[in-house]
Amino acid sequence: MGLIVAKVREIKAKDITDAVAQLCQKANFELDEDVLAALKHAQQSEKSPLGKEILHQLVENARVAEAKNLPLCQDCGSAVIFLEVGQDAHVVGGDLDVAVGEGVSQGYTQGYLRKSMVSQPFSERKNTKDNTPPIVHTEIVPGDHIRIICLPKGAGSENMSRLVMLRPGEGREGIIDFVVRAVDEAGASPCPPLIIGVGIGATSEGVMLLAKKALLRPIGQPNPDQEIAALEKELLSRINDLGIGPLGVGGTTTALAVHAEARPTHIASLPVAINFQCHCSRHKEARL
Amino acid sequence: MEAVHITMPLDRKTIKELTTGTPVLISGIIYTARDAAHKRLVEALKRKEELPFVLKGQTIYYTGPSPARPGRTIGSAGPTTSGRMDIYAPRLMSAGVKAMIGKGNRSSEVREAMQKHKAVYFIATGGAGALLAQSIKKAAVIAYEDLGPEAVRMLTVDNFPAIVANDIYGNDLFEQGKAKYRKEKS
Repeated sequence: MGLIVAKVREIKAKDITDAVAQLCQKANFELDEDVLAALKHAQQSEKSPLGKEILHQLVENARVAEAKNLPLCQDCGSAVIFLEVGQDAHVVGGDLDVAVGEGVSQGYTQGYLRKSMVSQPFSERKNTKDNTPPIVHTEIVPGDHIRIICLPKGAGSENMSRLVMLRPGEGREGIIDFVVRAVDEAGASPCPPLIIGVGIGATSEGVMLLAKKALLRPIGQPNPDQEIAALEKELLSRINDLGIGPLGVGGTTTALAVHAEARPTHIASLPVAINFQCHCSRHKEARL
Repeated sequence: MEAVHITMPLDRKTIKELTTGTPVLISGIIYTARDAAHKRLVEALKRKEELPFVLKGQTIYYTGPSPARPGRTIGSAGPTTSGRMDIYAPRLMSAGVKAMIGKGNRSSEVREAMQKHKAVYFIATGGAGALLAQSIKKAAVIAYEDLGPEAVRMLTVDNFPAIVANDIYGNDLFEQGKAKYRKEKS
């Protein structure tokens, strides 16, 4: 039997910690270019004078936050971390989970970010003081790298999340009704203008993650599948016809984008999930 | 729309003049409180204990700021969702609170209490915490320090931008705005 020598690349746990610490801060201080461009575009197209003024404040807010290293929003979020771990990457000098948690702790402390995590969620609710633990989603992929995406998620928008298990017969119309109604009922609470992540298919837990991952796509970049892209377009138009507007004051900009992702599912199922993202859409990534 | 300059605490005449949809620039003294602080204030009222500050005539801003960097007044300090304070707000209005600043709409109970107690509700731009912090000139924790970001702070603000969402006449900005820009279902 021939000996197979795996080419394994070593990645230091400390480098993971440092990268996570940097990403938490950067994501909270610097609004992504695509979000800023979408807000500026909406500022031009918005019909409501109050809505326009709010959009102006949001563009100005991004400028102040970056110039002064101030969080864009005081809700610096739960630290949601997506890890893509190459199957030929080998973490040395520590445990992966510990390294990520340490990075969140350092980032939120050094960056003067608000720590919003509480322990036992239904009784004690004691602040953990360093925004740990993060919510980590790890995926094993081909390669010898580690890709880290940090998505600080505010509670105002997260609290509006929805999941439904539709009957397969309800189909496309059922999805549209569910999403549009959810946005209408959420109203001003999730801080519109929104980015709506929609997951379709898989299972109940799989579809929620799909909806969250849909938020990572650059704003307005349509799904490569034409049928899904058409669904996104129709949803965006229906949502913007609701009239909710920036921060709910009324207007033509309720969402900046709808990002939908679909996966195969069971013959008896049609799971649909919505993850709301407020206008303060923060995510930064690094590759080690 | 030209913004109206107002000073906190509000006087009766100003409260009467404020109408839904009017942009305002707020100066003066306001107090911060979120869920946990509201719970304690309402429990203290129930037990008839002395409160850490006099509620009569005052303004409550629903915010939990991020920590201040050394040498700075405050971190980022935008409004949080007001709806979570709806279960406590009528009790605080009956104890004298005259104005609230937050984001998002209020329950029908809160709106009725606003009309009854002649109190107004303002919204500030949610997610503009860095910008809004520039209008906060002084900040001091005055109660419940153990609550961290949720402690009660006394803030001195100067031209803090907000919009009247609910006036004392029962008008609601969210209903009005949505009705104006909503398109019929196709």
